[in-house]
Amino acid sequence: MEEIVSVFAQEAREQLTAMEDGLLRMEQGDHDAETINAIFRAAHTIKGASGVVEIHHIEKFTHILENLLDKLRNGELQISSEMITALLMGCDHIGALLDRVDQGMMDEDPEQKQKGEASADALRAFTSGGGTTESKSGMVEPSVATVERTGGDQAISDCWHISIRFGRDVLRMGMEPLAFLRYLLNLGEIAHLATLCDAMPQAEDMDPESCYLGFEITLRSHASKEQIENVFSFCRDECDLYILPPNSKMDDYLGLIERLPEESLRLGEILVRSGALTQEELDQGLRRQKAAAKIAEATEQPSPQLGDILVERKMVQPEIVEAAAAKQKQVAEKKTAEARLIRVQADKLDQLIDLVGELVIAGASANLLAQKSGQGTLVEATSVLSRLVENIRDSALQLRMVQIGETFNRFNRVVRDVSKELNKDIDLVISGAETELDKSVVEKIGDPLMHLVRNALDHGIEPAEVRAANGKPVKGRVELNAFHDSGSIVIEVVDDGGGLKADRIQAKAIEKGLIQPGQTLSEQEIVNLIFEAGFSTMEKVSNLSGRGVGMDVVRRNIQALRGQVDVRTEVGVGSRFIIRLPLTLAIIDGFLTSVGDASYVIPLDSVVECLELRDDDTRGHMLNLRGEVLPFIRLREFFDVEGERPQRENVVVISASGHKAGIVVDQLLGEFQTVIKPLGSLFKHLRGIGGSTILGTGEVALILDVAALTQLAGQTEERRQLPGGYHAPALESH
Amino acid sequence: MTEFATQTTTDGALHLILDGPMTIYNAGDIKAQLMGALNTSSILEIDLSHVGEMDTAGFQLLVMAKRESQRLGHTLRIVAHSQPVRDVIDFYNMDAFFGDPMIIPAEH
Repeated sequence: MEEIVSVFAQEAREQLTAMEDGLLRMEQGDHDAETINAIFRAAHTIKGASGVVEIHHIEKFTHILENLLDKLRNGELQISSEMITALLMGCDHIGALLDRVDQGMMDEDPEQKQKGEASADALRAFTSGGGTTESKSGMVEPSVATVERTGGDQAISDCWHISIRFGRDVLRMGMEPLAFLRYLLNLGEIAHLATLCDAMPQAEDMDPESCYLGFEITLRSHASKEQIENVFSFCRDECDLYILPPNSKMDDYLGLIERLPEESLRLGEILVRSGALTQEELDQGLRRQKAAAKIAEATEQPSPQLGDILVERKMVQPEIVEAAAAKQKQVAEKKTAEARLIRVQADKLDQLIDLVGELVIAGASANLLAQKSGQGTLVEATSVLSRLVENIRDSALQLRMVQIGETFNRFNRVVRDVSKELNKDIDLVISGAETELDKSVVEKIGDPLMHLVRNALDHGIEPAEVRAANGKPVKGRVELNAFHDSGSIVIEVVDDGGGLKADRIQAKAIEKGLIQPGQTLSEQEIVNLIFEAGFSTMEKVSNLSGRGVGMDVVRRNIQALRGQVDVRTEVGVGSRFIIRLPLTLAIIDGFLTSVGDASYVIPLDSVVECLELRDDDTRGHMLNLRGEVLPFIRLREFFDVEGERPQRENVVVISASGHKAGIVVDQLLGEFQTVIKPLGSLFKHLRGIGGSTILGTGEVALILDVAALTQLAGQTEERRQLPGGYHAPALESH
Repeated sequence: MTEFATQTTTDGALHLILDGPMTIYNAGDIKAQLMGALNTSSILEIDLSHVGEMDTAGFQLLVMAKRESQRLGHTLRIVAHSQPVRDVIDFYNMDAFFGDPMIIPAEH
């Protein structure tokens, strides 16, 4: 696929996410003009970009979406729940179209086309006159409130406001701004006209044949918007023209502030340009500010802000000042954000981290050589070097860290759709969205989280009637929390639903043969049974969850990330699923062992205990662990390590997915922070080795794949188990 | 084409008289003249009473001259306006910017 198209698809997806977020916020009662503007801008960007890369079916479809958004933005239509659903469906359709683009197909799939038509029709239904009926559908008419608020506005006049900036070439093309502006007199009376010459450069750079002028015009007229626009039709393409209707409410001024070009402007200039403030008022305000600043200087108080003065003097509404200040900030922030963010391909980053790994190894061996040489200065130099290398390693790993917020935000849509489907009213509360963790972990945690959230929505939150009967708020609440806790990240899925009922879980577990009827288990142990395979208590199988797959898959996926999942629950109050994950997949706590000259690292969290293998008797591959039968693997045999077996051998008891096994090694060397380096593809089929790492001496140590080894130990044991010929060697615990 | 005449007044100001149109067609010419005059004297008086036609390009040159003189810390006065010049400055609502008294003829 061409690079430009892949960049388009990626950026369009980001815009799509922004649209979806905005729509969901609007549905939750966010009537901020900025929200709808942001949605509109996102749609507009997708449309424009798809035009540039010539994917016209996306352009066409987005255009329909944009039409509806434009009507919403201009207040011609009132937003309704149905409209948001239609818009979200539209977003989904664009997403589907983008999927196809990702697969390298630039044409439209006929099946998709059909779906797109249906979605487009739903959107068109709102734009073509459906609006009047829509506004009745339960939404508050904001006009009531606005009229009240704008009642005492001085900035509001009964006039059209025309804001025009002529293009540089207007004069050269034989067009005369004066003529256009004078023609306005045929339509009505020019109440005020301000000429803006700010764009004119200094005298020597000024081209006498270029036009640098802009105008802010207040026109008292009964003409229609089209009529006014037609005045400028000859130069429409050559200039920036905004026409605000009479009685323009503050929203329009706010919109105009929003659309001002993104250049650094002073607050006053922004207000004057938007027409919310006259130049005279601004000058007056500035004079006052200067005077006040002098007083403030004398009395050593902070000098007042222009915005405050303008509001105080009733020259402009606080809302407009806020918007102008926000615009100012936005311009500044955009500049810094542009400077701060760089898009980097993930594999380049991985390559960097690989290189840093090499650097660590090379540094370690240099260090060792320096120490052997006994030269003090060399030792000092290399130790400084290795400290820097450590810093580089930490920063490089930090580059892979991403915030979990993006993953969390996806669930807004899930909660909305699912709660609609289930006819429940549920709020999603997100906290700790800025918590960072490794990108590869973030990518893999999505599915387990989806299961948990869906479960909470489906099984956790009770129907509204039940909640009301139990004296709980009718509106359910699901929380997603993330925070750091002692070197790991904790993600919680919390619901305030009915909780897990231990007696029902127990009954179900007995029915499924997971536990024996007489078995005594603590409440917590019973609750944890829900993570066993083939477990589901919901009598009714819905299409969301309850198929008996889910919790066991969740646990497996989380364990694959070297994490663990736990549940706390209280009947009638709710449940809390706690996922604990390592911060990164690149570094683990290891347990270092050796066989002969070779070193092996066992992931520390899978180590149960260490024992000494006292008797040399190895007739079977089983040993007796306090009466328990434990299959074991002797690494010396398994990896064909040369050399004689030492007098004393050690057993490391490991556990993976509920199965235990023993690993027999020569020596136990203790805990070791391990940077995991993946093995090359040549060793892809090697069983029992999960990766490699470099020791301080520069030697390579292999990291054992615990899951594979426990499985292998079991199999070897089965093959070796000859009838009757086996007795467990005696063991002594350390 | 537009004629330019300069003379130095008793108070040391340079008096520049423009005679002819101030339009896009001779904008380059006028700019050169204005720049020359601006650099010659710290006080420049411009007589526009013989300017028979002014368009936006001409108007821009006046704005440029005024701004340049302000930048240099000089004084620029427009001492006489013809009707077309007055119309343009009036329409563009820039009287205050130039700050020159505009003599309103008696018949108005």
